[in-house]
Amino acid sequence: MDIATHLFSALYQFGDAFAFLVLSACGLAVIFGMMGVINLAHGEFIMCGAYVTAATVHAGLPLPLGILAGTLVSALVGVLVELAVIRHLYDRPLDTIVATWGLSLIATQGTLIMVGSTMAGVGTPFGSFQVGDYSYSIYRIVLFCSALGVLAALYALFNWTRFGVLARATIQVPHMAAALGVDTRLIYSLTFACGAGLAGLAGGLYAPTMTLVPTMGATFIMEAFVTVVIGGADVFLGTAPAGGLLAIVKSGMTSWQGQLFGQIGLLVAVIIVVRVLPKGISGFVLRERT
Amino acid sequence: MSKSVLRGLRAAALTGTLVLGSSIGSQIALAAENPIKMGVLEDQSGDFAAATIGKVHAIQLAAEEINKAGGIMGRPLELVPYDTQSDNTRYQEFMRRVLQRDKVDVVFAGFSSASREAYRPIVDQFNGFAFYNNQYEGGVCDGHMIVTGAVPEQQFSTLIPYMMEKYGKNVYTLAADYNFGQISAEWVRKIVKENGGKMAGEEFIPLGVSQFSQSIQNIQKAKPDFVVTLLVGTAQASYYEQAASANVNLPMASSVNVGQGYEHKRFKPPSLKDMYVTTNYIEEIDSPKSKEFYAKFKAKFPSEPYVNQEAENSYLAVYLYKQMVERAKSTKREDIRKVIAMGDVCMDAPEGKVCIDPKSQHMSHTIYLAKVGADHSISFPKTWEDIKPYWLGEAGCDLTKKDPMAQYTPSNPPPKP
Repeated sequence: MDIATHLFSALYQFGDAFAFLVLSACGLAVIFGMMGVINLAHGEFIMCGAYVTAATVHAGLPLPLGILAGTLVSALVGVLVELAVIRHLYDRPLDTIVATWGLSLIATQGTLIMVGSTMAGVGTPFGSFQVGDYSYSIYRIVLFCSALGVLAALYALFNWTRFGVLARATIQVPHMAAALGVDTRLIYSLTFACGAGLAGLAGGLYAPTMTLVPTMGATFIMEAFVTVVIGGADVFLGTAPAGGLLAIVKSGMTSWQGQLFGQIGLLVAVIIVVRVLPKGISGFVLRERT
Repeated sequence: MSKSVLRGLRAAALTGTLVLGSSIGSQIALAAENPIKMGVLEDQSGDFAAATIGKVHAIQLAAEEINKAGGIMGRPLELVPYDTQSDNTRYQEFMRRVLQRDKVDVVFAGFSSASREAYRPIVDQFNGFAFYNNQYEGGVCDGHMIVTGAVPEQQFSTLIPYMMEKYGKNVYTLAADYNFGQISAEWVRKIVKENGGKMAGEEFIPLGVSQFSQSIQNIQKAKPDFVVTLLVGTAQASYYEQAASANVNLPMASSVNVGQGYEHKRFKPPSLKDMYVTTNYIEEIDSPKSKEFYAKFKAKFPSEPYVNQEAENSYLAVYLYKQMVERAKSTKREDIRKVIAMGDVCMDAPEGKVCIDPKSQHMSHTIYLAKVGADHSISFPKTWEDIKPYWLGEAGCDLTKKDPMAQYTPSNPPPKP
């Protein structure tokens, strides 16, 4: 086998791990980074997105529209959760952990009771392609591009739009933003909805490739939290480089020693990074800058 | 408040008391009948729920039928169910509870081998009596346990030689990384070697992993003739969809898929194409007994997604228990084991005739080779009747003489006397 084949396979594995880490972490990073809320129901927003996507595809919608529906429904659920629960706990950050954990238990068990123990899958589109001896799934490339797209879209949203400016102002000095006439409650709601929607998007994108069960969110949770912990509070300076770094660790370790070592590698990387950079990669970059 | 309303309330309160009184009365009547209590510890939520809710339903169905027909020795069968949440510590908690507080006569418990090994010492400690109604990696030689599920000598020594003959001798194992996967992989290794084949590779996947791109590439690199998939839990089942979309296109062999997690119903065709499974029951089995069982199951639980192997194991286990208690005229473990020692505890189960082997307290089975087609329809290229759970007995486990309360594997057989 020639070098090009090896190089492509390494790149593909990196891209695949990167996409999974970034897509599962983005929603969590927005909610944690912008609002300081640690959302333990993150996995259940992902599950919600996946279920709505699968249900709408079963009802006859094409997959892209199904994913859009999954994203929107998750965002809508996010608004409701923010209004009903999170809003009242902004000055009690530790309590939001308990509250969102409770929500996650209710969501998992509620789905099990109402929808049943499994849902039929929708099948992965696009087929496969061949490079050297290996064949690859085209949809995995789509996932990688989606991850890049999500990062680009978030960058544009928070830097180039009026909502982005208001959101950042609200996050930096809430009472000053409020004094200048910004409806901070609305901004918080929308930001939370944005994070929930991103989780739903991750669920929708991965729905065709996975088992659809009420506990499916749990398989995203470790990767999501590891990425956010390493990345720190900033989505762009944190999540993206953290995703890159962890993807190298994970795909390298997995191809060397198998899945177990891939997971061990991830956790060791977290311990090292948290020890050396307590505020994550973005905290380090921002401190260097000032 | 007007007088009439008050009067109404008083009447209601009075009726309430009456209803309460009568229900107490019926409870006393029930207590007089002295029910046989059966603890049911199965995962009704969590990662394994998809495969195990059917077990609880099967036990409920059997109990209802038995109670309608007059119970066991005239005593009603009372179920004491707990949801073990796919969590090993819950098993330990609830096993202590059913044995110590609820004082059940027998416990039906466990899906994953990790959960069984978590609760088994507690059953031994409190001198309980438990049924493990699940296929597993084999080797449990414990007088407190009866295993109604199939074991490797029933599932692998039929399946692996068939696959090697049909597809070739290079075998790759992809297994869940815990006692079940590790010991099953050891069995596969042993049987492949005995049949002159070679392991092209092996990989163990931690439970809960759902992303398989790298494993898929490792398999393609090793170029096996077929892949033995011993993946457990719903997260790991994502492998099939991902392998199909990467066009791996290799035949698969398994002792756990289809028969437990009905993956051929859950995933879109053709992701499970050319999957071969040895199982002692699935709902597609086309025999009058099987059809009758399936019809009864669906009549009671119309929304049941699939009637799987473990549901049948659980169902027949209730009837086996009834037979043993009635023959022993007692629910005591020692008396029941005397009946087992006679070697003729058999019944006509939905799968065919099954018998309990007195040496290992495991069960003989009819083993069906199920093949999943491109459209996910099931065909049965081969059936093996009356395959005995011989390995433990041949290796030296004899529960009629000695109860070591241990689990053995091919590399760790019972000590020679």
